[in-house]
Amino acid sequence: MAKFDPDVSVIGQSVARLEDPPLVRGQGRFAADVSFPGQLHMRIVRSSMPHGRIVSIDTTATLQMPGVVAVWTVADIADIPPIGFRDTRVEQLEPYRQPVLADGVVRYVGEPVAAVFADDAYRAEDAADAVIVEFEEWPSIMTADVTAEFSPGHSTEAMVVKQGYGDIEAAFGAAYAVVELDLSVGRHSGVPLETRGAIARHDAVNDIIELHGAAKVPHRNREQLARMLDRPLSSIHLFEGHVGGGFGVRGELYPEDVLVCLASLRLGQPVKWIEDRREHLIATNHSRQQRHRIKAAVDRGGQILGLDDVFFHDQGAYVRTHGARVLEMVSGMLPGPYRIPAYRIAGHYRLTNKTPCATYRSPGRYEGTFVRERMMDAVASRLGLDRVEVRRRNLISQSEMPYERDLQALGDDVIYDSGDYAGLLDRALDRIGWPALLRQVEQRRHNGELVGLGLSMFVEKSGLGPKDGVFISVDPQGDIEVVTGGASLGQGFETVIAQICAGTLGCDYRRIRVIHGQTNRIANGIGAHATRATVMTGSATQVAAWKLRDRALDAAAELLQADRADLTIADGEVRHKNQRLSPCVALGDISAWISAHPSGTDAPGGLNAEGWFHTEHMNYPYGVHIALVKVDPSTFAVKVERYLIAYDVGRAVNPMMVEGQLVGGLAQGLGGALFEEFLYDDRGEPLSVTFADYLIPTLHEIPAVEVLLTEDAPSPKNPLGIKGAGEGGVNGAGAAIASAIDDAIQCSGAVTALPVTPARLMVLMAAAPKNPAAKDRSLSVADH
Amino acid sequence: MSESLVDISLTINETEYRVSVEPRYTLADVIRHQCGLTGTHLGCEHGVCGTCNVLVDGEPVRACLMFAIQAQGAKIRTVEGLSQGDTLHALQQAFMDHHALQCGFCTPGFLMLLTGALETNPDLTDAELRDVLSSNLCRCTGYQNIILAARAGADRMKQLTSPMPETATLRPADA
Repeated sequence: MAKFDPDVSVIGQSVARLEDPPLVRGQGRFAADVSFPGQLHMRIVRSSMPHGRIVSIDTTATLQMPGVVAVWTVADIADIPPIGFRDTRVEQLEPYRQPVLADGVVRYVGEPVAAVFADDAYRAEDAADAVIVEFEEWPSIMTADVTAEFSPGHSTEAMVVKQGYGDIEAAFGAAYAVVELDLSVGRHSGVPLETRGAIARHDAVNDIIELHGAAKVPHRNREQLARMLDRPLSSIHLFEGHVGGGFGVRGELYPEDVLVCLASLRLGQPVKWIEDRREHLIATNHSRQQRHRIKAAVDRGGQILGLDDVFFHDQGAYVRTHGARVLEMVSGMLPGPYRIPAYRIAGHYRLTNKTPCATYRSPGRYEGTFVRERMMDAVASRLGLDRVEVRRRNLISQSEMPYERDLQALGDDVIYDSGDYAGLLDRALDRIGWPALLRQVEQRRHNGELVGLGLSMFVEKSGLGPKDGVFISVDPQGDIEVVTGGASLGQGFETVIAQICAGTLGCDYRRIRVIHGQTNRIANGIGAHATRATVMTGSATQVAAWKLRDRALDAAAELLQADRADLTIADGEVRHKNQRLSPCVALGDISAWISAHPSGTDAPGGLNAEGWFHTEHMNYPYGVHIALVKVDPSTFAVKVERYLIAYDVGRAVNPMMVEGQLVGGLAQGLGGALFEEFLYDDRGEPLSVTFADYLIPTLHEIPAVEVLLTEDAPSPKNPLGIKGAGEGGVNGAGAAIASAIDDAIQCSGAVTALPVTPARLMVLMAAAPKNPAAKDRSLSVADH
Repeated sequence: MSESLVDISLTINETEYRVSVEPRYTLADVIRHQCGLTGTHLGCEHGVCGTCNVLVDGEPVRACLMFAIQAQGAKIRTVEGLSQGDTLHALQQAFMDHHALQCGFCTPGFLMLLTGALETNPDLTDAELRDVLSSNLCRCTGYQNIILAARAGADRMKQLTSPMPETATLRPADA
């Protein structure tokens, strides 16, 4: 519960969020709440064909309908290039970029084929229905198990991402046993409750295009839009309002964002587009779908000597803004908290006729953790060892930190900065009462219940560099503005930044206004992605607040005719350290004084400071998940009875909000483990197009989650020791649930695919041996 | 196809709105776009997520599944009508105190759902509250804090309407 003690530093306190008051009053400003006078409404005509050639597009009837202003096809935007990659240019992937409107060929159901502009949203939808598109159907590729021709000269296998280190052949040659698994993760995604939206208007006075409804990476999207529209950077600005959940998928640059900007310019009226839920489920990025064929070489004691993985990534129809980043994160992060002396991985990046994929909360790690932790369970089972013990024997120890792997993730060398993995495992087992729980489970099983325990361990990553900067200023009334290039997706960004600023400076966090997602206020910004915001923008805020504090003390020493060393700042006032009743001066008054007494430089007036934070490498939080599940043998439903998330966050700026991130992430992880899946029929027709098909967990499916939040391993990479919290709740969920279901049905290795829906579990249990002693059904084991 | 407009009157938060609507316009769209009350959000437009819940004559209703013309003559309440000036409704305060919202998009729907349910039956048990709450979706919080907030808000609502409010045992909502 939120509480605030003004007598101790606000950094580390579970204070109430600054964001909440307008949101509980219905005063939020989400994308659909933004309107401009005279605006047009855009409706996208989407492909109903999974794969085929566009024979003709007939817009005759549409153009005669009431309120219709224009209908665009690819011919109308021939000057606009396909959507490029956000970070690194990957030449090999360029032939697979998505055009803004389908260019003669459609590759998934939902692909934008035409855009209709009308004076009313209902009329635009009517008019879009009247556009007649004739297709010539081509065969669809609905699995990444095979390859075909994508376009002349280009295979559907766009690239193969390879990483590794150590002598893998020698590892397998020396192995006591080799354990092989064939594992799959289903296609799911972030599915925020607010669908996407984009509202553009052209300010003809200044020749500036404004795009409202921005999220996640406004500055990066601004650069991309400037390139695509061939306009100067200064002629485009993005504005982020409230964002109804992001989770990786929202805020990337999509065709619709480009179209509204272009239309606002060419049609001379503001243009509004709000996605509906069916569109969201077939048009917004999917994620996760991969198949891994992994083998481990192990010694007699369960130590892993080598890990060799070949995986197939089902990308869907195009390569979107992330390029190959998900595959890079799988390959760079899959070894997790274990030593793994030799490692080889090859990720086959394959195109299919489904909605394109990109990142979703803990991208590549949810998948990799599922695969690695399934392997740890399989090794334990194969060798007849305890699964906790097998993990313990392979963990990287605290004394080995920092631990450098010869791997890369997000273009950064993977160097675990700090961590006590065994320590956290012990604390997690202790917290949940593991030995007693094992006995209880055994007893209940004896009584006929199908209950089981599962666990998973993982390493997360956060704080991707290289730099971020903020500008803090104090106004004459004493309120403080922190201008950041960060973004808020609902995670509490404003509160965290205000806490860091207030705690560093010495003022009330509630008097701080945090600006984010406004490209016209600050030239640079990293936005909010890859669990960066608190680490990078938070650290930059601290640097700026230190500078501002110095300046305030300098000025106050002069104003109060006092020795600077005797002064401190509290409650927004500079005071003598030991004499509370002696004269003091408010930060606002100092700011007014500086404004009136310019120092002679050209710096902006008043009390202010700019701060930058640089980092060379990411940092690595880590966690343990433990699940207790019960399988209903009549419905094959899995009930999660208990769930513990143990997570070391380095340092929690606001523990209440960190726990909120972890529990919320877990709900998504459980969704992907048990319920959520984008399904297609053989021809390529999407089957998960409503909330009645794509099942997001409700309150009934989420247990009372226990959180063990630790600060045992602060990051040495930033002064506050912060690591990110956004993705630790989701990361280990698929793995822990799979482990627990195996245990519940007493068939080690049974779960090889997520989500474990009742239909899948029914098949698994029908195939499972009745004798619990007969394990390893799905394991292919070769002794050496 | 577009149809002819019908003049209707809607009573929302005790204010009368006279609007011209096509019969096919949903109540949610009219509340948002014609009455300007954008606190009612649309999450799915097919009745599953509950983000658009409003109260129609005291009952929680999916405003995306009702036509505006069907709501004529009814008393409609939206999230904008919950607070009394600066004083937040007990449920609004409880949601803030218990960190029951992150992005806040689903929050108005949960608040209206709970308001309707608790005004109808102030004595809902925890199990009954869970059942009620499971009819809405939240993608950020994992629901645990929503349950805590609902319980605290329900208890506070009962305190506020109890016949003996002036006792020393009452604690402020944010204590």
